[in-house]
Order: sequence, then structure tokens, then C-alpha cells
Amino acid sequence: MMDYDSLMSENVRALQPSGIRKFFDILDTMKGAISLGIGEPDFTTPWHIREAGVYSLEQGFTKYTSNAGLTRLRSAISQYLKRRFSISYDPSNEIFVTVGGSEAIDLCVRAMINPGDEVIIPVPSFVCYGPLVTMAHGVPVYVETKAENEFRLTPDELRAAVTPRTKLLVLPYPNNPTGGIMELEDLRAIAEVLRDTNIMVLSDEIYAELTYGQHHVSPCNIPELYERTLLVNGFSKAYAMTGWRLGYVCGPAPILKQMLKIHQYGIMSAPTTSQYAAVEALNNGDGDIELMRESYDKRRKLLLTGLRRLGIECFEPRGAFYMFPKIGGFGLSSDEFCTRFLREEQVAIIPGTAFGAGGEGFSRICYASSVENIETALSRLEAFLERLKNQ
Amino acid sequence: MNEILKLLEEDSRYTVSQIAAMTGKDEQYVRDTVRRCEEEHIINGYTTLVDWDRTSEESVTAFIEVKITPQRDDGYDRIARRIYQYEEVESLYLMSGSFDFSVIVTGKSLKEVSRFVSEKLAPIEGVTSTATHFIMKRYKDKHRAFLVEPEQEERSLFV
Repeated sequence: MMDYDSLMSENVRALQPSGIRKFFDILDTMKGAISLGIGEPDFTTPWHIREAGVYSLEQGFTKYTSNAGLTRLRSAISQYLKRRFSISYDPSNEIFVTVGGSEAIDLCVRAMINPGDEVIIPVPSFVCYGPLVTMAHGVPVYVETKAENEFRLTPDELRAAVTPRTKLLVLPYPNNPTGGIMELEDLRAIAEVLRDTNIMVLSDEIYAELTYGQHHVSPCNIPELYERTLLVNGFSKAYAMTGWRLGYVCGPAPILKQMLKIHQYGIMSAPTTSQYAAVEALNNGDGDIELMRESYDKRRKLLLTGLRRLGIECFEPRGAFYMFPKIGGFGLSSDEFCTRFLREEQVAIIPGTAFGAGGEGFSRICYASSVENIETALSRLEAFLERLKNQ
Repeated sequence: MNEILKLLEEDSRYTVSQIAAMTGKDEQYVRDTVRRCEEEHIINGYTTLVDWDRTSEESVTAFIEVKITPQRDDGYDRIARRIYQYEEVESLYLMSGSFDFSVIVTGKSLKEVSRFVSEKLAPIEGVTSTATHFIMKRYKDKHRAFLVEPEQEERSLFV
């Protein structure tokens, strides 16, 4: 008998499965349950984009592309970043195409980190950063952001976390799960802390197009940060293209050159069909982004109004499609609250603790769901809270 | 106002409080705006999209091209009124191009619609010709597709 466990990499064995998973295992066993748990657009990819993918298949474009991705796609990305966010990158050596933003994040970490190097990760945030750092033999250093700061990373919090081993700072804004954003002055303050250090910034801007009431600001918009930033973005959230698995990374050519080696050996090239569809998305998809953003915004307002009407404290999220209401104060941990809410009212929301320290007392609700689902979830939440109060 | 109208066009069942929340206006403003739009015939009714093909109800719809003798002043409106007063007429549009009116007519059977065209529509003074096209299948109406698309299986639940 083989003892497989003992054969595994210790790093891998030590990884915890995502805390999100558990809820869907319960959900799977329920009929009539509503999920506001999954973090994914509820739109199907706009037809003209799908059609461009289909058309590329009809023409027989089924081979690998260059490792960095189609030249015309990299040009389109360059033009898009200039047009939408006033960021300049040379498509020939400062941009390459990856399998989703996730691969880009992994590559940034693996290309930069030596064993023992520290990576500062503001939490709550998406679940992938820490495990990817661990896998690269780096050390994740979590910084808890606070609701009273609207989950921004403050310069003081950052300063306290920096050590001589700090190699990388992750800036996951607009943020999943909190909906928090960083504005120009927040980023300027971060730039001030990083001045005279060698720390690089990994800016995960996958939700850049989904901001409400203000335009997204990237660290790349600040000259002192631009030179030390690796910008990660992709097509999943802006164009509802999660299943196409397409993202990209932009940054200083010497770093991308190293990252591209890992991509070349591990991946070869991002899916060709997806790349052709993405060219269409970038060139003719600005209108789709507006339509989807407006739709999310309506639901954002509806959910926020509904939660506040129930007396639940919630800071107004200004990006992504999540709300991070406070659900502490009922004598239950976040996990207990969400588990009971799911079992008793058949609504799945995710405990804040699934997104790291600082998530206790909160839960993530995704409002990329129908108005009907949101309303039903709210009325079930009302019933649930009523019952909790009477217990 | 337009924001409220767009929401109602999307789903006329939205309540005043839902619309207020989604637009960030107060409920009284929404109520007043909707009432005003109704009074000014900006809102002309609330209806439901039914796919009758999924019911036992027999129903046919025809799209009819109608040509009329050239008109001046309110001549088009006058003839249009004579056409749209019929219960059978679902929609009526004045068109650019090779014919004048597009008339959408519903009835219980091909025969019933044909009879409407030959006995009521064609004899109207000023109508010079008609061409009737029966709708065989309704795929999309008012931005809603009538075919039920399959749900994707086995989605990742990790994000």
C-alpha cells in the first residue's frame, strides 16, 4: 500500500481548502435554496464577443499563439488601458496574456519570491494570495483592514508590516469581498511608505470596471508607484467571461521577461479562442461594460437599502459586486450565522472569515443575482433575524 | 424619470420601494413620476409577455405589409386609426421603405386572420394592397428570448 500522504509536498498538504467550498457542499443538498455566495457575474458573455470566438473557430484558428499572446490582443489591451485608465504599457514587452488573472497573480509571486521573502496581503481579500505565496516558499504577512476605514489599506498599517524581507505588496482593489476601493490620496500615501524601498506592488484590478460613483484609480496612475507595480487584470468580471479563462499582466519589461519563462513552460499560451473573443471585447465592448455596471449598481442599491432597513450595519461598497455587512452582535460567529442561515432559510452567503483575519463578524453577499433572488434573500434574512432575537 | 421608465420597462412588477432603492430616489418621487407618466401617456399600460405556444391556447400572429395611396397632412393617422381600432390588431407602425404600414394581427387560426385581412383590412379606403406573413415561431420579444437556454453544469464555486 502506498502512503500517498507522506509523498506529498509539505507545502501542499498544509494548504487549507477554501472556506467558501463548505457552503456549496451544503447548498448542493438543498432544493429551492438561493445562492448569493458565488462570486461571478450573472450575465452570459455578450453575444458579439461569443460570436468572435465562434468565428475564430470557423476560420480554423485552433493552434497555439505566441507565448505572450496574440500581438493584436496585446495591442488592444494597451489601447484599452490607455483609453479607460490612462495607463501606458508597450504591447511588445510590457504586457502578456495569461490564463485568467489567477495565473498572472501566481506568476508574479513565483517570479519574484525567494524562500522566506515576505508578501504583504491586506485582508479580508480573495482567498488565493496567501496559498500562492506559500507555494512559492514565501511568507504571507496579513494586514487586517478595518471597516471604519472602509477596508482601505492605511499607510500606518502598511508601515507596521514592512520588514527588510518584504518583497511584494498585494493591492486587491476594488476588493473582493468588501467592495472597498483605494482612491488617489490613499494610493499616494502608500507610495510615500514605499518610497526608498525595493518593494514591488502586485495590483489585482480584476474589478476595475466595476466601481460606483467614481472611476477606478490604479497605482499605475501614480508615477512613483508605476515603476514598481505589476498590474493584473482580465476579462472575467468586466465582460462576464469567467469561463474563457483569460487575463493579463503588465509591468516592467525585465520582470515580465522572467515571468514569461514560467508561463512558457507551464502553460505555453492562453486559449486561442478566448484570445480572439477578447480582442472583440476590448475593441467593441465598452457599451457592454456600462450596461452591466448599471445593472449591478441598481442591485447594489437595492441590497444596501434592504440590509439597512433590517437594521444591519453595512458600509456602502464602492466597487466589485459584493456587500460586506456586519452580522456580529447576534451571539453567533460568522460561520455559525451563515451556516444556520443556510440551513434554516436556504440562503447561501459566505462568512467573512473565509477571506482571512478581520472577516469575523462580517459576511459576504454577492449581489450579482436577480432582483427576485435578492428580495427573497432579504425577506428570509428578516425572518431569520427575528428568530435570533427571540431566542 | 428615464431611469424609472427603464426599470419599469425591464419589469413592470417592480414595486415603488424597489424602484426607489434602485434609483436612489424617495418613494414619493417615484410614485409621483409614475403617475405623471401615466397621465401624460408616456406610460401606456402594463402587460405580460406570454408564450402562448406553451399553452393549449390556439393562437396565430401575422405581420402584414400594407400599402396605401399617398396621403397628405393627417391622412396617415386617419387611415391608421381605422386600422388599429380593430381588436385583432396588436401593433401598427408607419414604416419607411417599400410599404407604408406594418400591421401585427393576432387571431385563433390562419383562417380567422385571413378573413380579417380580406374582409376588414383590405377594403379600407386608401388601402391599395396587403401582403400577409404568418409568424411561425416567436424567438424573442421585447428583449426576452422565448427559448429556454440550458444551464451550464458543474460550475466552480470557489470564487
